[in-house]
Amino acid sequence: MIGIDWYLALSALLFCVGIIGVLIRKNAIVIFMCVELMLNAVNLTLVSFSSHYGNVDGQIMVFFSLAVAACEAVVGLAIIIAIFRNNLSVDISKINLMRW
Amino acid sequence: MITYLFIFLAVLAVASALAMVINKNTVNSALFLVLNMVSLAGLFLLLKAQFLAVIQILVYAGAIMVLFLFVIMLLNVQDEESLFSKFRIKYFVAFLLGVVVFSQILYSIGSFSGTLPTVAPEMTEVGTVEAIGDVLYSEYLLPFHIIAMLLTAAMNGALMLAQHKVRTEDNK
Repeated sequence: MIGIDWYLALSALLFCVGIIGVLIRKNAIVIFMCVELMLNAVNLTLVSFSSHYGNVDGQIMVFFSLAVAACEAVVGLAIIIAIFRNNLSVDISKINLMRW
Repeated sequence: MITYLFIFLAVLAVASALAMVINKNTVNSALFLVLNMVSLAGLFLLLKAQFLAVIQILVYAGAIMVLFLFVIMLLNVQDEESLFSKFRIKYFVAFLLGVVVFSQILYSIGSFSGTLPTVAPEMTEVGTVEAIGDVLYSEYLLPFHIIAMLLTAAMNGALMLAQHKVRTEDNK
């Protein structure tokens, strides 16, 4: 039987892949998908703690975080569409209206 | 058997996450993210969280990723240049930062390794739809309703943000 620390290490690895993706990619949609990946990694941590302690509260938390992730994806993609309509690009290095 | 399944799913999850990050085609990245979510759903099944495994596939791999693919194909995003085409100092710094955060988390896991729980005997009953629904509709009823309002608000906000204003001469 796999211990909980392997699950935690896997979720840490996925989280860090998400961090690297957010830092090196320039496409706003891919950055957004990397954020989803990081959310998923944290969900894995919550589920593994929940089932190893035999306590259902962690899984309820994951359920709520799924709903919040859905809201975030909807609003974020709407913002990306609005940006694309103004700039004709989703490259974040070309979006510099409010950058000094 | 469970050990081999865990290794298989973990390697699949990490490989698809890496492929998502380094792929230059956005559609391929989204499809690799779907693969990553399916393997995470498999890991949830190994952890006896059946309800969340189903929800993960339905909501994430189904709904959210379809939304992503719709937006990608709607916006007609061009391929980026390959990440390996030329070396940038930014990539090195990002990789270093990722490794630092990873080793930090591993260090904190390792120092708590003795106090972490072993497998709970009642683990099999925790993740069923019955057990989750029981707690969700009694103890967490108020957060559940607040989530419903949040979803409605997000839907209205997305409609407001993405609605198309026709640009005519007098309305610029």
